[in-house]
Amino acid sequence: MKNTTEFTHIPKDMFEFVNHGERISDKKFEDKPIGYFKDAWIRFCKNKASIVAAVIILCILAFAFIAPLAITTHNATFMDTYYSRKPPRNELLSNIGIADGGTNRDFSEQGIIKAVAVGMGAEDREGSGTVTLEEGMASEYQPILNIMGSRQVSEIRGVPPRTIYSARIENYLEVGFLYFSIPQSQYYDILEWQEETGLQVLYPLIANNEYTMDSADANYWYKLDSRGNPVRTTADGDTETIEYAEGMVLEDNYLRDENGDPVYYQYTGGGTHETAQFRVRVLYYNYYQYRNGFEPYYLMGTDSQGYDLTLRLADGIKLSVLLAICVSAINLVIGAIYGAIEGYYGGAVDMVLERIVDILANVPFVVVATLFQMHLATRVGAIPSLLFAFVLTGWISTAARTRTQFYRFKGQEYVLAARTLGARDRRIIWKHIFPNSLGTIITASALVIPGVINTESMLSYLGIVKLNTASVTSLGNLLASASNIWTSYPHLMLFPAIIISLLMICFNLFGNGLRDAFNPSLRGVEE
Amino acid sequence: MAKYVLKRILLMILTFFVIVTICFMLIRLLPRELPMEENLREVMLARFEALGYNEPLLVQFGIYLKNIFTNWDFGTSWYVQFRADAWDVLMDRLWPTVLVNFYSFLVSVPLGLALGIYAAVRKNKWQDHLISTLVMVFVSVPSYVYGFLVQYFLYFKAGLFPLTVSSLADAGGSWFTWTMFYSMIPPIIALSFGQIAGLCRFTRAELTETLTSDYMLLARTKGLTRSQATTRHALKNAMVPILPMIISTFISILAGSMVIEQIFAIPGVGQLYIRSINLLDYDVFMMDTVFYVFVGLLAGIVVDISYGFIDPRIRMGKKK
Repeated sequence: MKNTTEFTHIPKDMFEFVNHGERISDKKFEDKPIGYFKDAWIRFCKNKASIVAAVIILCILAFAFIAPLAITTHNATFMDTYYSRKPPRNELLSNIGIADGGTNRDFSEQGIIKAVAVGMGAEDREGSGTVTLEEGMASEYQPILNIMGSRQVSEIRGVPPRTIYSARIENYLEVGFLYFSIPQSQYYDILEWQEETGLQVLYPLIANNEYTMDSADANYWYKLDSRGNPVRTTADGDTETIEYAEGMVLEDNYLRDENGDPVYYQYTGGGTHETAQFRVRVLYYNYYQYRNGFEPYYLMGTDSQGYDLTLRLADGIKLSVLLAICVSAINLVIGAIYGAIEGYYGGAVDMVLERIVDILANVPFVVVATLFQMHLATRVGAIPSLLFAFVLTGWISTAARTRTQFYRFKGQEYVLAARTLGARDRRIIWKHIFPNSLGTIITASALVIPGVINTESMLSYLGIVKLNTASVTSLGNLLASASNIWTSYPHLMLFPAIIISLLMICFNLFGNGLRDAFNPSLRGVEE
Repeated sequence: MAKYVLKRILLMILTFFVIVTICFMLIRLLPRELPMEENLREVMLARFEALGYNEPLLVQFGIYLKNIFTNWDFGTSWYVQFRADAWDVLMDRLWPTVLVNFYSFLVSVPLGLALGIYAAVRKNKWQDHLISTLVMVFVSVPSYVYGFLVQYFLYFKAGLFPLTVSSLADAGGSWFTWTMFYSMIPPIIALSFGQIAGLCRFTRAELTETLTSDYMLLARTKGLTRSQATTRHALKNAMVPILPMIISTFISILAGSMVIEQIFAIPGVGQLYIRSINLLDYDVFMMDTVFYVFVGLLAGIVVDISYGFIDPRIRMGKKK
């Protein structure tokens, strides 16, 4: 308000003519004229939310394309069944306490002893059986990262009172020891590798006697009674239970030869030097390194089958977005042609074509997708049949928009002028009317993308579309395979859900931005 | 008006018939799954023969139509519920679907309308920006994500509600017991997020348009307060497109949401659909398809006709 009052009484001599006595009517414009698309672009750039959305979409796509290049150690088809469903683990991030492969869990006393025993056993390279709890806890193979505390649980329904420990456990190291059957040649290979790297893979085998509870579990290297409590044998041949306490030493139950030395392999069959099968007990973390040549670091953890979730996710994003863009492009073409014919010719043509649209539009999409999967999936594959299903009904909304635009423009003077000059129908449709309705049609196509991503993920989630193979996966599939187990392994659900939600939100924002930009009636409305 | 309604209904029946024909052909073309056991296999084959499943397609379709018109027989369920009538199988599962969706409808319509109106009245203030942003998020996020979030927070973290909807036996044999309702609250919440957001966005868009129109200016000029003008003029006019949308949502209650039914183990129509596909129970699949097509068509036609009743200015079926 202040400004206007200041300029109310400006002395007359302050004014001067811009161009006095000069003819400007025939002059060319000094700046370039702003066309429809330029105008839309300018207005799109003003919409901050859409720009941010576009940037996020680009970031997600960049992730999808860069992740497979950045992870040099393995590719998307690399899988490891023993390290399946493991939480995120990253070398750099674990230093600041995230993505350390750990989860918080409650343990019974037996459970916590079994977990710490992995570290104690890993330190006990010679099978001497003298490793204390403290030494075991300091081991780099110790799965228990830290014990947060313990609490007493009172007696419930006959179960005696017990202590529950809450601790953070490293899920990769928790796998601990495993029994494997390997050829003799590999055995010597591992011995060589151990020499080279100083990492121990082979550990003493465990005796199968009255102190063995589960002969298939290679982690029970210490003596147990029949109830699963760790025991030590006393001088008089009796046993006493070992409590979980400071300085705890577990009594080993290693298989020993007549000299009392631990046995590292057992011959189980096979003839020659190459094929003879040895039963060995390996520390899986080191065996993994021996097999693959790298430590198990997975930025987003591993999925339910043991694939790297980062790479699966990258594949899923690529597939989902690519499918959506394909569908949107095909819909744009079919819808534009169909709508143009309907709108331009009108009358009986329109009537017949509209009835066809009526029928197609009213078949529930989920039924279409199901039928396509059932009839075509075995013949042409799941993805093409899904694409067909999307295309079959997807173009209808584009066609409807194009039709409305054509009804709007076909009566205008420039069309009449073109016709008077002898332009053919085809020329009028594509050269004169279509460019005018292009904005609306492009917007409609952009908004198809989030719809396709959502529907695809829903169909795979429901199991109607089964895309899950070693080389192909989609975002919906990742969610579907996580759906039954995600409460125990939240990362399986978390990452795909975040990515898909972000994609949906951003594509919607982006589409809305396009719509507003291409809508001339909104010009000047926004402040 | 009556002529228009009649014309629409006739067209709907025609469309319905064509779609059902196509779906029937496509479903019957699928290879039938037979049980592994020898005796049962023989019995099934004999039954299929007797029911005319081996006739040419058109004859089969004739039999199908004849059975529907004479006995209201939509086929037989072979795997979902052995030898039960497909119609009964569907009807058994209608209640849970309808109930969950109806409760969610009761929650989401008032909330969606109220939030939408509030956002429109406060246009471009922080309240509007907040609501619009939230609506954008809630409209975009897929429904199963809500399902998981609700399960995670209400079941795992808070332990307030059961993980899935109670079975009929657990809830005392009726869909209307308190136990049943209580176990239905999580799916109701999960369903409502999206519906509230959708309705809110639509209401806001319609109301902002009417709020800026000329008759609002006139109403204010003749001395009405802002709230009077809004409720008497703007809201009434904004309701013209909003009400049909609510009506169509109401009819879609029948169809329900497959994803939510799958997550919360609601024994409803959507779950039946998934089960019938997985078990390759084609008659039930056909029944469910017919049902979905019917609900979809019904929603469309009711919406179109309701425009004429809601807004007397719209004259249906008249040429300009």
